[in-house]
Amino acid sequence: MTQEPLVYEISAPGRCGVEMPEPDVPLAKLPEGMLRDDLPLPELAQVDVVRHYLRLSQLNYSVDQGFYPLGSCTMKYNPKVNEQAARLPGFVLTHPHQDLETVQGNLVLMWALQEFLKEISGFAAVSLQPAAGAHGELAGILIIRAYHHSRGDVRRTKILIPDSAHGTNPASTTMAGYTTVAVKSDARGNVDLDALKAACDDTVAGIMITNPNTLGLFDEHIEQANNLVHDCGGLVYGDGANLNALLGVVRPGDLGFDVMHFNLHKTFSTPHGGGGPGSGPVGVTEELARFLPGPIAAIDEEADEDELLVKLVMPENSIGRVKSFYGNFGILVRAYTYIRVHGPQGLRRVAEHAVLNANYLQARLKATYPIPHADRVCMHEFVAQGIIEGSDARALDIAKRLIDYDFHPPTNYFPLIVPEALMIEPTETESKQTLDRFVEAMEKIAQEAKESPQLLHDAPHIAPTRRLDEVKAAKQLVLCATFPQD
Amino acid sequence: MTYIPHTDAERAEMLAAIGVQKMEDLFRDVPERVRFPSLNLPAAISEMEVMWELQNISDANAHVGEFPCFLGAGAYHHYVPTTVDYVLSRGEFYTAYTPYQPEISQGTLQALFEYQSMMCALTGMEVSNASHYDGATSAAEGVMMAAAVSRGARRKVVISPAVHPQYRQVIRTYTQGMQLDIVGDETLRAQAEIPDLVRLLDDKTAALVIQNPNFFGQMEDVAGLADQVHAVGALLVVVADPISLAMFTPPGAYGADIVCGEGQPLGIPLSYGGPYLGYFTSRKALVRQMAGRIVGETVDVDDRRGYVLTLSTREQHIRREKATSNICSNQGLMALAAAVYMSTMGKCGLRTVAELCYHKSHYAAERIDALRGYVVDQSKPFFKEFVVKCPTRVKRVNRHLLKKWGIIGGYDLGQDYAHLKNHMLLAVTEMNRKDEIDALVEALKELSPKPKKAAKKTAPKKVKAASKRRAR
Repeated sequence: MTQEPLVYEISAPGRCGVEMPEPDVPLAKLPEGMLRDDLPLPELAQVDVVRHYLRLSQLNYSVDQGFYPLGSCTMKYNPKVNEQAARLPGFVLTHPHQDLETVQGNLVLMWALQEFLKEISGFAAVSLQPAAGAHGELAGILIIRAYHHSRGDVRRTKILIPDSAHGTNPASTTMAGYTTVAVKSDARGNVDLDALKAACDDTVAGIMITNPNTLGLFDEHIEQANNLVHDCGGLVYGDGANLNALLGVVRPGDLGFDVMHFNLHKTFSTPHGGGGPGSGPVGVTEELARFLPGPIAAIDEEADEDELLVKLVMPENSIGRVKSFYGNFGILVRAYTYIRVHGPQGLRRVAEHAVLNANYLQARLKATYPIPHADRVCMHEFVAQGIIEGSDARALDIAKRLIDYDFHPPTNYFPLIVPEALMIEPTETESKQTLDRFVEAMEKIAQEAKESPQLLHDAPHIAPTRRLDEVKAAKQLVLCATFPQD
Repeated sequence: MTYIPHTDAERAEMLAAIGVQKMEDLFRDVPERVRFPSLNLPAAISEMEVMWELQNISDANAHVGEFPCFLGAGAYHHYVPTTVDYVLSRGEFYTAYTPYQPEISQGTLQALFEYQSMMCALTGMEVSNASHYDGATSAAEGVMMAAAVSRGARRKVVISPAVHPQYRQVIRTYTQGMQLDIVGDETLRAQAEIPDLVRLLDDKTAALVIQNPNFFGQMEDVAGLADQVHAVGALLVVVADPISLAMFTPPGAYGADIVCGEGQPLGIPLSYGGPYLGYFTSRKALVRQMAGRIVGETVDVDDRRGYVLTLSTREQHIRREKATSNICSNQGLMALAAAVYMSTMGKCGLRTVAELCYHKSHYAAERIDALRGYVVDQSKPFFKEFVVKCPTRVKRVNRHLLKKWGIIGGYDLGQDYAHLKNHMLLAVTEMNRKDEIDALVEALKELSPKPKKAAKKTAPKKVKAASKRRAR
């Protein structure tokens, strides 16, 4: 495949991709001594802009092209109606500082989405402000901190984190000013209750639990674990990254969680955008509602008919704003749309089929690849190991070889507690035919690993580039194009 | 079955392959007491019904395609060239994940590398990351990075009261567990100017944070400022409107260490406050303390140029509790929008946009300043926003503009600054035609304190003209 030149390499002085109108007002005098005389941006004709980015798009792999079983990322189909909805002029052309009476449509939608998320999760209150999962985590841990401080309890300095957790959990903990204590997993992939009991004392502010966890397993003692933390005065944070398995199946609020973030870009089908924008609303119990980040949408119960229906309010003891304005609103419109076309039964079917697909793949692959917890029913994902007897091929090689079979590789080398991890999450939107083709490819790769392992070491063979030198990238830093005029 | 492709026959085959009887058997680990709750949600509707519903909901809004708008204060109505949404609508871009597999993500990676390059060009800095959530969180990450650079030795941050109020709030939210001492905007009177802030700098100061043009749209006097900040060993963090940088001396040229802010003006629609784009650039020497994704150039095994996410040992998925930040998902697609915007506008077009904003805002300011009872703050040069002292409450002014003239007015500064009651912040961009500005002036004139002169004769016509403009 031919490479695409950099945008600077197709630039020529004097070109412009769009004409702007002439000024229709008298010209003002430009301030002297404050102006720049160079602006090293590229100069392209419009057709070149379009071709450049279209060709770049063709170097990507995406859900719209094929199967993307990236564990922990819930790469489900992104419905096109969501995109159309979010682009309605009445949404996309509203300014965040407009008077509330002129944006009642936006506020009604936000309020309704808060209500939907409360009902789905079993929490008493929701703030839509966080822009991503990790952002929701930071908000959640700050809420836990605010709760303890509001009671004059400032001894608590630690957050417990199971060893299977996402890296964002300990990173969010540090940002909120806490130290992290790792808790090991037991032989069946649950949080080890004895280790947890030993770690619980009056310096523990809380625990961050992902359930189902990153092994794809529903913790068999989740309520006992949550009780242990509550008994020592701590609160339980739920990492909602894996909520897709629980829609209409169980509400985290009913399991004893106190705070949880949602990933609208995973569970509720909003697109991942090549890295974002996401949306990470945070839900809490009644007791914690006053600490939520805000503002949030609220019905004005006492309003007369001609007054505002929905207002924006700041929770009484809010941890504060976590971003400007009210959240990634365009993403909220997409998630609202998704929930409306599903209804309660539709959401449960989502979870059921996500879990069905994962268990089907696990059942079909366990003869070929080690799967540490294949004795258990998994939830929406499972972790296999890229280990093939009689071959030196590793998880990375298998992942890269899958590219040649036109599949996106699973998440690899995560969770950290499983050597050579291949974390596979098919999602509910994939058909049996697709899963069967994937199984065939995985079996064929296992065969190749024994017969011609070099095929795997050198993979991918059919891709826009071959394996890239990441060490060179980090050592000889080139983070910015040099401009032709330099 | 909405987006689920399974047939009954396939479901049965799959359950059999797993070795269970029915779907419910897959959930035996979930405590029975709370399993399968009935959710009180509205019943499902079809794709076409949901579009009706959303059309109805969105119709309850007044939007800037129908009403001339002079609101800014951190979100701006700029022209978005048609190329931007065309590229953003490509499924190859918007339905991909973070580019963890570089061999099949070169499209996203190269576009982000180009975005980084163009942000460096615009700000005059050496390195850029691939985005933060928005301007406010980008500024908060800037403050945390400055504190991290000193390895915790410096715990004071001086911040100008003329930094966007919401950014200052977010900085405080982010750092509430970090024992930082944030001063300047509250410990001094709210009118603190740059020299007042410089007096607060000491050897415990990690950073001085200013906004330029500031929240009031004005250009700060930054001559010699970086030297004063560096003299105490602190970093200069500058928040800047990227459109202004097409015209004014970029912060890199006056010694800034970190330049960050809101990238929304670069081809991203207002969308009621998000998704936007936090841009973040710095000097190269600081890159290892920077947060977020960074794309670097390298080669593949055939020595062909390619791009990868790099310096990931800074990041949460490798470094966990020792990471520079917890950021994982960012605003990648919005960075792509900015890249397509800057490529389309190019060197010449972006300068033209900046100058149109400058000329139109100055025309508006001059005419408003001439009105009885209105005073425009001309104490400093301004770019596309300016402060007007009104003869009455801003709420009343805005109500008059909207109800009678169909104009979305300015931002009420009294809500953030006690000394700025009756002061309004107006933004004028290339999207505001002269006739809209003239209508704004006429409308404001009606509230001038001399009642006899109130001109009402042409009002009804102009309301019509103003509200019937094309959607854009």
